[in-house]
Amino acid sequence: MALRILCCVKRVPSPGSRINLTDDGTAVDATHLGFTTSPHEECAVEEAVVLAEHEGGTVTVLTLGPPESVEQLRYAASVGADELVLVATDGAPWDPQRTAAALAEAIKRLETDQETFDLILFGNESADSGGFQVGVRVANALQRPMVNGIKRIELNFDGDGPGSVSARRAVDDGFEVYELPLPAILGVKEGINLPRYPTMRGRLASKKLEISSWEGEAAPGGQALVRLRRPVEQTSTTTILGNSAAAAPAVVDLLEELGVFDR
Amino acid sequence: MTVLVLLEHDRGELAEAARQALNAARPLAEELGVPVHGVLVGEDAAPLAQTAADFGAEVVHVATHELLSDYGPDAWAETTRQLGDALDADVVLSVGSDRGNEVMAHLAARSGLPFVANCSRIAPNLGPWSITRIQWGGSLLEDVTLAAPRKIVTIAHHAAAATPVHPDCRAVDLRLERFEPELDESVAVTMIRGRDGQRRGSTLSTAPVVIGGGRGVGSADGFSVLEELAELLQGRVGCSRAATNNGWRPHSDQVGQTGTRISPDVYIAAGISGAIQHWVGAMAAKKIVAINTDPDANMVAKADYAVIADLHEVLPAISEEIRRRRDA
Amino acid sequence: MSEFPTNAKVVVVGAGIVGNCLVGHLADLGWTDMVLIDKGPLPNPGGSTGHASNFIFPVDHNKEMALLGVQSANQYRHLGLSVDCGGIEVARTPQRWDELQRRMTSAKTWGVEAELLTAAEVAEHVPFVDTDVILGGFYCPSVSVVDSLEAGTVMRAKAVNAGAVDVFASTELLDIETIDTPHNGLSKVTAVVTDKGRVEAEYVVVACGVWSNRVANLAGATIPLVPAVHQMADVGPIDILAETNNEIGYPIVRDMDTFCYERQSAGSMEVGSYAHRPIFHHPDEIPSNDEAALTPTEMPFTPDDFDQQMEQAIELMDMLGDAEIKYAINGLLSLTPDAMPCLGETAEVLHLWSAAAVWVKEGPGMAQVVAEWMTYGYPRVIDPHGADIARFYDWERNDEHIWARCAEHFNKTYGIVHPAEQWVSRRELATSPYFSRQKAYQAEFFEARGWERPQWYNSNADLVERYDVPARGFGRRDTEWDDRWWSPVTIGEHLNLRQHCGLVDLSAFQIFELRGPGAVGFADFLAVNKIDKPVGSSTYTPWLTPDGGFRSDLTMMRTAIDTVRIVTGVFDGGRDAFWIRKHMPDDGSVSFTDRTADITTLGLWGPNAPQVLGELTDHDLSQSGFPHGAIREVEIRTAAGPVRATLFRISYVGDTGWEIYANWADGPALWDALFDAGESHGIRPTGGGVYGSSGRVEKGYRLMGAELESEYNPVEAGLARPKVKAADFIGKQAYLEAREVAPIAKMCTLTVEDQTDTQGRRRHPQGGNEPILTGDGQRIVDSHGRVSRVTSASPGPSVGKHLLMAYLPTELASVGTDLEVMYVNERFPVRVAAIEGSVFDPEDIRLKG
Repeated sequence: MALRILCCVKRVPSPGSRINLTDDGTAVDATHLGFTTSPHEECAVEEAVVLAEHEGGTVTVLTLGPPESVEQLRYAASVGADELVLVATDGAPWDPQRTAAALAEAIKRLETDQETFDLILFGNESADSGGFQVGVRVANALQRPMVNGIKRIELNFDGDGPGSVSARRAVDDGFEVYELPLPAILGVKEGINLPRYPTMRGRLASKKLEISSWEGEAAPGGQALVRLRRPVEQTSTTTILGNSAAAAPAVVDLLEELGVFDR
Repeated sequence: MTVLVLLEHDRGELAEAARQALNAARPLAEELGVPVHGVLVGEDAAPLAQTAADFGAEVVHVATHELLSDYGPDAWAETTRQLGDALDADVVLSVGSDRGNEVMAHLAARSGLPFVANCSRIAPNLGPWSITRIQWGGSLLEDVTLAAPRKIVTIAHHAAAATPVHPDCRAVDLRLERFEPELDESVAVTMIRGRDGQRRGSTLSTAPVVIGGGRGVGSADGFSVLEELAELLQGRVGCSRAATNNGWRPHSDQVGQTGTRISPDVYIAAGISGAIQHWVGAMAAKKIVAINTDPDANMVAKADYAVIADLHEVLPAISEEIRRRRDA
Repeated sequence: MSEFPTNAKVVVVGAGIVGNCLVGHLADLGWTDMVLIDKGPLPNPGGSTGHASNFIFPVDHNKEMALLGVQSANQYRHLGLSVDCGGIEVARTPQRWDELQRRMTSAKTWGVEAELLTAAEVAEHVPFVDTDVILGGFYCPSVSVVDSLEAGTVMRAKAVNAGAVDVFASTELLDIETIDTPHNGLSKVTAVVTDKGRVEAEYVVVACGVWSNRVANLAGATIPLVPAVHQMADVGPIDILAETNNEIGYPIVRDMDTFCYERQSAGSMEVGSYAHRPIFHHPDEIPSNDEAALTPTEMPFTPDDFDQQMEQAIELMDMLGDAEIKYAINGLLSLTPDAMPCLGETAEVLHLWSAAAVWVKEGPGMAQVVAEWMTYGYPRVIDPHGADIARFYDWERNDEHIWARCAEHFNKTYGIVHPAEQWVSRRELATSPYFSRQKAYQAEFFEARGWERPQWYNSNADLVERYDVPARGFGRRDTEWDDRWWSPVTIGEHLNLRQHCGLVDLSAFQIFELRGPGAVGFADFLAVNKIDKPVGSSTYTPWLTPDGGFRSDLTMMRTAIDTVRIVTGVFDGGRDAFWIRKHMPDDGSVSFTDRTADITTLGLWGPNAPQVLGELTDHDLSQSGFPHGAIREVEIRTAAGPVRATLFRISYVGDTGWEIYANWADGPALWDALFDAGESHGIRPTGGGVYGSSGRVEKGYRLMGAELESEYNPVEAGLARPKVKAADFIGKQAYLEAREVAPIAKMCTLTVEDQTDTQGRRRHPQGGNEPILTGDGQRIVDSHGRVSRVTSASPGPSVGKHLLMAYLPTELASVGTDLEVMYVNERFPVRVAAIEGSVFDPEDIRLKG
């Protein structure tokens, strides 16, 4: 039986070392910025594609966001996703409850037409708003188990197909191992893999894929944006340790001071 | 009517995050005129109650149940939810660690309430509260309002100190209460099933020391001086995009936006100009030492320390100095 | 790092390839006390240099671009920061294959080794090319890949080590201060203000790449360029590339018909495109170093614009399809409205220099041009007229114009561009008083820096038959290329003028007036020939560079005791006006006025010209009463009443007649009167095809920017007069020295003796720098390293030959010498027909009676 995996991704700006805000302070000024898929989610897509390649199956990628989020869906397709779904918003940021509600509805809708997704992958948190909860809320709404912070995924097969998933979360001294019956939901963290870049052929093929799309609908939750601000910048000064190899003892003194010498 | 603090612990140790959470809870509770309660989930955490009290938990609830033998986000969240209901908590609070954010998210989802993660400032009001939280890893602050009968929040990591109630470490009277939640197997699904310490050795992203090389290294062979130093410090060699593009290093060694983001204790950037593409991957390093012949190089400007000289002379000298001191 | 200075001789703004090389060259030339600033960090401050593809194809049809490309490549080689990887321009279409023949021709001209390859031969060099999609390629072994960042660093370091320059990175320019210079109506740089402090400066050089216009605007000057996107994607790893263990192991492939290139970069391939839609950004839209995800000029990639190029790239190199796109950007580079750089002192602000719109491939050479210009008053390495920033008229300096023209030529970066190619956008910016009348005559307009000038009139089509043009060998041409932007009607107009007369609209003439007690003296300081002659005298004269080369050639008329009128061509008006103003005495004794918009000019020439004019004026028009070169104020009868006009008996076509100057508003009445009077004398409206081309070339008249360039002096051009005036003038010393020695080269007119190519088609060299070769096909280079090439080409209907003009080394410059010209990679026999004289009416009988 073919594995069905869903990845939920978010379109986020790709800023430099300084993030500018719109005049009213309610959004990142993306005038000069490109957009990308939130990095954890890029890894989630890679993981899904690898699992589907190994075990046989399909990868669906779902996003909620402005119509331009199609770019991120196409990107996912260019690295191997099979089906693309856009839940369109007006572009205004949605709070986590609202986002999760619309995504849960969308997943239910996708599962009405087709079979249940064996595995749904989220990123641990989005790169921009970083609410740390949408995946969990979706899991709760769908009554499926969910663990976040996952850096390793192994599917366990029983007679009929995939029965459960072993998921490892990295902690200071190793990994915590979780075992969830399928269908399950995982929040993936960067480092689980090194996402591939699209190939030219992949990119061209992605353009031909049809995208299912509909308007998202959900009620706002209890957290409301007032404005964004930039924190007061800290200026750094560089201490020059020397102008020649004679600076080596000073460097080693520093390494000792920083506690990385005695290894 | 309480501020209820989820006290994070693992295998018999109270997490630093729990202390920070109590520190953050104290002024908030004072402002609200309610006590700080803490909850330790799992019988085996009971010995940690005194420490929790010392850091500000006026009442410590130890939640006991056979399904609470180890960490599990569902079980912890459900337990906290039931206790919060029992106490009619105004606020349920934790620190924005992996577990803190996870449990609060589950709690909020189960409660049908909003959850505000990684707060740096909380101002209780009569109506919706005004809260500042961090975005983009701290590059931005977000002011939000929070309207909910019970406020579920995490405090941004390191936004609060971890100091005991009495600076002289005198013990506080412990008020410990047992709490037995009603749980069933459905919440035990996400429980930790095991641990393995078989983490791979240090990777570029986790290495405590990274020696990075860029265009200034000049060739693939030129990296030998970086390898040598990395080996002495048990670190890893990284590189800039220029080095990857020149075919000197594999892409897996590339530090930067299109490579790996590193967060070592020390990053020694040798012959790297410090293009933003690279900087984004290196900026999380705790200390940066730049070695560059160009004093105007971006990397030098952004580094904490710099040596303005040829890396091919400086790096071998550092390695030599390390060997000398170790032999001594 | 030194302390931020409060004053400096020169402040160079921008530490990209141009600014770095400039301080290096200036230091070599002895300049000190310089400051180089950049708002970004070093060594890559975030401009276009940082993401350049860094390869140099040394062949270009344009002389400045070709020679400075070679010059730049050699400078990179000299620094040891260059690899000769070779390069192949592949053709997918027959049209491109023809163009590659023209590339071969230009390669021959500039002395660049090149050969044409079959598709199979291309694959021997580049095994991963699909030979089925290409017809062949143009291989140039000296194509090189350079390290522009390192080259800039080395050049900068050289100047730093010489103690000539202090460098300040991460220093943002906030303002450029100026003071007005009332004597010439301009202003002059005094200081720059940066976020690190204010620096008083004698000179400021803007080498700010895509930001240059915004920076120049701070001083009230313009540098007409636009930051434009050039998309580039890096795909890999690819085994066959990685196996070379080299930054570049295979020749660069330019897939010319898809406007793309494929350039190996270590284990991956860089695919760059000039095929996508033009994407421009205002400088204010470019993010700062802080805001940019990569660098400011590596803007977010817009993949939709690149998809077609991907498909085409995969067609050519299948392996690219499965390689990963590791890096892709919308890289910014500078485009100008005429696709040439912006070099030299800005026309608005003295001592504010532009070194902008320069790409990595020509950076070191262009920097040398600017350094020499600042040092010697004019560059020595090459005549910079095509790149001179003063060339632009006001209407070429606004964003609307810049964006429209750049949008039009962006996709021609790898396009096949005809030497006479006309612009489509932004036409009719400047029209003469006769524009509607010319349209009624179905004029075919050619554009010259915004001015609309009839090249021929289709209403004259009857002349083709009347003068039997096809039978004379000047009918429609055998190849579409030769026939493009050309019509046999122009031959009919030529022959009609020679037999009857023609009226030529010369209103695009740029007319300036110097007035005041110092006007005549100043005019003499500019000109080789004497201006201080009686009122009513005219002087045709060269202007020279300080080194004695041609700076301009034009006519100066003493119209009053204290007034000198200067008439120059439309292509040089801006440059000449600035040259005048820059040199004006600061005592206020001379004022400058641009009279172009007040005065219209018509040229009436042909054997019947005196009769036509005689019907409209009673003035003595005889050769004795109104000799060649004389100026007369007359009244001309028109239907609208008498019109005052200045008649100047002069000719650029070889038949007698006049340039008629009148008030702009009187133009239509004058035009109508001349046609009414001329009807019975065979008058026809006559276009630039006769005036600027066939009439001129038959007479061997030299044209500024073609025959006349700063590399050549009046002796070589055959324009030296027997005596030299006593008064001092710019370039006098060098001119006197040149007169003392035998000229190394001489300007010659050549006839093409057989125009038939190997396919039996008659061909017509266009005057696009085609090389003149010895009888055995060797390039001809004089002892100063100057190559003999076609500077002008035209049919000579009155002499029955296709005519070429070229400088030849003196030993070859004798009438009757048989040589060859290469055109579209074939050789045709030519013969020297005239030196210093003309092939038509060499005695000037038709002119002077």
